[in-house]
Amino acid sequence: MLKDITLGQYFPGNSPLHRLDAMVKIVLTFVFLSAVFTAKTALAYAAVAAFTVVIIMISGVPFKFVVKGLKPLVAFIAFTAVLNLLMTSGTVIWQWGFLRLTYEGAAYAVQMLARIVLLVLGTSLLTYTTSPIALTDGIERLLKPFGKMGLPTHELAMMMSIALRFVPTLLEETDKIMKAQMARGADFQSGNLLKRAKALIPLLVPLFISAIRRAEELATAMDCRCYRGGNHRTRLSEAKVTAADYAAGCVFAGLMTLVIFANKVG
Amino acid sequence: MIKTENLTFKYHSEQTEDILKDINIGVADGEFVAVLGHNGSGKSTLAKHFNAILLPKGGSVAVGGIDTRDEHRLYDIRRMVGMVFQNPDNQIVATIVEEDVAFAPENLGVPSPEIRRLVDWALETVGMSDYKRHAPHLLSGGQKQRIAIAGVLAMKPKCIVLDEPTAMLDPIGRREVVATLKRLNKEEGITIVLITHNMDEATVADRVIVMNDGGVVMDAPPRQVFSDVERIKSYGLDVPQVTELMYALRREGIDVPADVLTVEEAMEALSEVSH
Repeated sequence: MLKDITLGQYFPGNSPLHRLDAMVKIVLTFVFLSAVFTAKTALAYAAVAAFTVVIIMISGVPFKFVVKGLKPLVAFIAFTAVLNLLMTSGTVIWQWGFLRLTYEGAAYAVQMLARIVLLVLGTSLLTYTTSPIALTDGIERLLKPFGKMGLPTHELAMMMSIALRFVPTLLEETDKIMKAQMARGADFQSGNLLKRAKALIPLLVPLFISAIRRAEELATAMDCRCYRGGNHRTRLSEAKVTAADYAAGCVFAGLMTLVIFANKVG
Repeated sequence: MIKTENLTFKYHSEQTEDILKDINIGVADGEFVAVLGHNGSGKSTLAKHFNAILLPKGGSVAVGGIDTRDEHRLYDIRRMVGMVFQNPDNQIVATIVEEDVAFAPENLGVPSPEIRRLVDWALETVGMSDYKRHAPHLLSGGQKQRIAIAGVLAMKPKCIVLDEPTAMLDPIGRREVVATLKRLNKEEGITIVLITHNMDEATVADRVIVMNDGGVVMDAPPRQVFSDVERIKSYGLDVPQVTELMYALRREGIDVPADVLTVEEAMEALSEVSH
């Protein structure tokens, strides 16, 4: 059940999107996010949505896979939409007690829905098309200017990449411990919130112990492979910003312009 | 390659008993040595002395002529003697196979094109080239362990020490790993120190070192070590199944050789008896 979580997972491939430089992709993701937040009109949203569909197609990541990333957020998205739908003041269509449905609310709910879905799709595409190592490498390079101010950029990037590396391993382990506890009569599903939170203790304790043991073993293994921090470290593939990256930058700048333009028109 | 002189070790100075007691062993270049011992016999602690993860409390360990206490040569030692551990999940740092294999040469500051060559060669050598771009957590245990071996191999070590590399693997994974080690030893001339408590694995070695209670109690070729069934059992260890069978037959007064290690040899010995 825990294996369904796809957000933050890499989908190996060799599409133009995969080949873009990770640092550039992170910057572009921020451009994309700004575009989503800038969009005000239906036309602007349509432009961003169309753009999202096109880049997903270019990425070669199956739609089904991308959409699966939304699944854990369905409850959150639905809650936000309903809240906006029923709580916004304006021209009333239907009213029951303090709940009222308004035109403005409906419009706002749809807008919110579109915004969240686009945000998640766009950002998850970053992690689908960028290996975690490349991603942390990109972050490391983005943060490099802060390194001079004493920010341990290499260490931060290393910690992040190891955390990402252990996500599937620890999920698998959680699943295993849960099954073992369930086999002995543990109940994680029923009861109120407090009861369910309490039921998690016998799950979390072994998980933490095992995570600490893993950390220690990993540290020894890294020592054995001559790890000594970021100094003198080289890379298997030295990242280089290429013409394709500049081209992608232009495309995203184009999207931003289009959205601003669509806001004016629609 | 590796030489210990009167090596003793304990974790804390308050500990009354040493974990390693006066160990004098040598591993020659190109040798395949198995270290056997039950849990707590000190075999993993000994292994960690071979690349300066632990430093001796008494006596000394020399690797390729360098004393492991020489801090300036630490990375020379670690580069010369690679180490592979029991749980492959806990030694793989990257989420893509080839990026993990590149980890050690990256740390050593090898230039990129050279890393590429080393990674390709290491993956080729362990037979995992087809999985270059895969995510390690989707591989089988035996494949993961071969990736871990490739990760060490990419440092071009002279010796690889493996601390129970097959303990968490199924029989197929075990066979993959042992076959890989044999090939590395024979074809690449890499010295192998295999720590194990699987007797069948120990039979492939040139020499078997048996540890008990922090000391070395036997140090001989496998045929000689396993023919002394009673002594092996007294250290809480077993002998390979066929050797056990021969031992039982001999006790019944049937004249078969005691130093049988493989099923083929056993078949031959038994067919001779029946003639």
